Amino acid sequence: MAGYLVALVCHALLMASSHVRKQAPAAAAVSAAVSVPAFVAAGGAPMTADTLSDRGSAADSAPVGAAVPPAPGAEQRHTRFAEQIGRAAVIVTAIGFACHVLALVLRGFAAHRPPWGNMYEFTLMITGAAVATWLVVLWRNRFARPMGIYVMTPITVLVFLAGTVLYTRSAPVVPILNTYWLNVHVVAISLSSGVLMLSGLASAAYLGRLRYDARVAAGAIDPARSATRLPEAAKLDRIAYRAAIAGFPFYTFAIIAGALWAEVAWGSYWSWDPKEVVALASWVVYAGYLHARATAGWRGKPAAWISIVGLATIIFNLFFVNMVISGMHSYAGLN
Amino acid sequence: MTATATSVIRQVVWLGRALWRQLTSMRTALILLFLLAIASLPSALLPQWYLNQTKTATYIKDHPWLGPILDRLGFFDVIASPWYSAIYLLLAISLVGCVTPRTIELVKQWRAKPGRAPRNLSRLPHHAVVTTPDDPAECAERIRNALRHKGFGGWRTVVRAEDDGAVTVSAERGYLREVGNLVFHVSVLGLLLTMAIGSLFGYTGSILVTEGDGFCSSAPVAYDNFAPGRMVDGTDMAPFCIQVQKFEAAYDANGMAKFYRAQLGVQSGAAVRSDRYTEHMLNINDPLRIAGQRLYLLGHGYVPEFTVRFPNGDVRTYSAPFDPQDAMFTSQGVVKITDPPGYSGDAARKNQLAIVGIFAPSGLVTDGILTSAYPEMLAPAVAIQVYRGDLGLDQGQPQSIFAIDTRQVDKGLLVSQGRKNLNLGQSMTLPDGTVITFTGAKNYVSLQTSYDPVQGFALLFGILLVGGILTSLTIKRRRVWYRITSAADGGPRLSTGSRVDIGGLARTDEAGYGAEFGSLVSLAGTPAMTPESAGEPAPLTEEVPRSEKERVT
Repeated sequence: MAGYLVALVCHALLMASSHVRKQAPAAAAVSAAVSVPAFVAAGGAPMTADTLSDRGSAADSAPVGAAVPPAPGAEQRHTRFAEQIGRAAVIVTAIGFACHVLALVLRGFAAHRPPWGNMYEFTLMITGAAVATWLVVLWRNRFARPMGIYVMTPITVLVFLAGTVLYTRSAPVVPILNTYWLNVHVVAISLSSGVLMLSGLASAAYLGRLRYDARVAAGAIDPARSATRLPEAAKLDRIAYRAAIAGFPFYTFAIIAGALWAEVAWGSYWSWDPKEVVALASWVVYAGYLHARATAGWRGKPAAWISIVGLATIIFNLFFVNMVISGMHSYAGLN
Repeated sequence: MTATATSVIRQVVWLGRALWRQLTSMRTALILLFLLAIASLPSALLPQWYLNQTKTATYIKDHPWLGPILDRLGFFDVIASPWYSAIYLLLAISLVGCVTPRTIELVKQWRAKPGRAPRNLSRLPHHAVVTTPDDPAECAERIRNALRHKGFGGWRTVVRAEDDGAVTVSAERGYLREVGNLVFHVSVLGLLLTMAIGSLFGYTGSILVTEGDGFCSSAPVAYDNFAPGRMVDGTDMAPFCIQVQKFEAAYDANGMAKFYRAQLGVQSGAAVRSDRYTEHMLNINDPLRIAGQRLYLLGHGYVPEFTVRFPNGDVRTYSAPFDPQDAMFTSQGVVKITDPPGYSGDAARKNQLAIVGIFAPSGLVTDGILTSAYPEMLAPAVAIQVYRGDLGLDQGQPQSIFAIDTRQVDKGLLVSQGRKNLNLGQSMTLPDGTVITFTGAKNYVSLQTSYDPVQGFALLFGILLVGGILTSLTIKRRRVWYRITSAADGGPRLSTGSRVDIGGLARTDEAGYGAEFGSLVSLAGTPAMTPESAGEPAPLTEEVPRSEKERVT
């Protein structure tokens, strides 16, 4: 029970962190919106996009964005505000992660066994791994911070679902799970799924940024009015790729460890159980992603979509296969 | 040969080549990968014959229109369906087509020496100039030794003398990256192959054995259920015999199992069918590996026993395993009495008895419904309904051991004789005077024998697969060149010694090469204060094609 209370606190903190994150790009948008009128007021001459394009030939066809110099005071103030709120978000995320880990540890003590024996605990493991990967990404790439909205929103939803829908009282596991293979296979599969999940989320952010860039290029968005704080597309793509190449071998190992366990527990190393089949499908999709990213004509957008499909198969395997389909992997502990 | 024949052959060859090129292209491989992922999904979403026959049959019955169509298309046996096999066979061919030329290429590279130094090293992405008091030949030898030994393992080096008197050292490393990549792909192929061979030549057999009984795995008929591979005819199975001497289980206060295990007497090899048994404790997660086969403890349950006193005065004991329905072992089943005494010929068949019902090891009756309150046998009870008539066993169709064929009831061939709840020792009397007494229950264990002649290879390929992918994702492909010119030619300020130009090129992870390149520079000498080293070198646009740089397959 103690574990659950702390988990609740942790959810609240994670929720809070995601709210703060939501404000970061919003703040950026506000700062951009404010800076334009501020410039108009300061500069005296009202300057719209139309007048700019009229002056285009005279101004040597300068791009719209470059023709509007930022109003230094307002811009800096709002940038600093966004910077502070971003930093706060990272700190809150880190605190949330610490609580998350603590919740798992306490759960382990409450159940007198490792805390990865049912779906509630498993979901906490996956999301924990995803947040840990996210913190590593942040630690190594400070610029990635505004991507948080893409990362923390789904993770917060998952943790919330774990704490409400999936929550089960701590209990011992059935005898067949009472082996060291549980530690090897389940830990590996949950952690690697978490890492792969982050890869998919980074790909989503990448597509978001590409869409923004495309709309800027098409003239639908004025970058001076509604700026994005998302990192450059290429950097997001790189984060997604690195997470995938970190997660993929780990995931491969996890599946093989599962096969080794199945060989001692179920009579055959591979039984085409629904969970196994969907895990294989995920593996094949991520293999496809890694190949696509190295193939001309598939890089960029198509590869990112493949990565998102991979993420979808992992979520599908976690929820649909556990809760709707019955099979040999039915240890969710729901009912 | 006529001209037309030649041209036809030429066209066929051309078509074959074009097809092969298309099949082995990355695009096709990617599409096949996605087809494989998508084609796998029905096996997770729909019930499958090989996983659960009853469920599949029910599903088809419940969907009278769609069910049979899907069944014919193989949607209830996806893994064995022609379309699924087609996808993975094509993928396997595509893999062969991808791996073969790359292996040849790798062998060629391995044989070839590291390439000549580019003319202008300052145009490479990494560049530095150092000086050293050694003369060029000495310096080259020192660099070469350092690259081979002092913490710089894995470099292949070659020293060349150029026409203008300069000595160059070309070094390259990271061949293992491609090796790992190829090992990964070959292992995927190997794994596919071992799975196929295993399913052709292997088998599984399952059997329920009551405590005190045993069985010998000499032929498929020894099992309740036998699933052979296509190449298995059941004639040369290495026999072993077991006897379930004792079954043990422990539960916590909530009825949750802590463990269960079976004490076996085992015979194999020459001891088979003798009276010598070796003791073995069979645990879950720990199969008995015997005579090339594996024996698993998969589950357990209860075998209720009934004593039946027939109207002619004969008293016989009958029992059958019941199928557990919940964690407390409320179990369902039927005891089939196929040879009632006192009848002969056709009359015997028409007077068969079936004791159908529920068994509870710790019986609890609520609103007339019997359930079990605890998995251990504390207060065994049964709720039974007895049928008399033709069980329909000689119609050639296999029947479930846990149920009667309800069609016989529907046809009026099996008639209910009444129902009753019985505690230990209680009896029920049928209209014809037959008395059925519930006398107790024994444990049974559910065992499975598995045989897969090539699963050791599957493990080997599994390990190679992980090793291969780790190698190919961690090892970096790097090249470095040193051009050593005598100071007398290159720099007049030094009377002796040499000037060393160093250029580096990473084929993967260009960004991570910097620090390592620094240490490659410092092993050549001390930085020279030359104008070249002060200015930023113009970065060379990739001379290596991108596909080669980041290629995964």
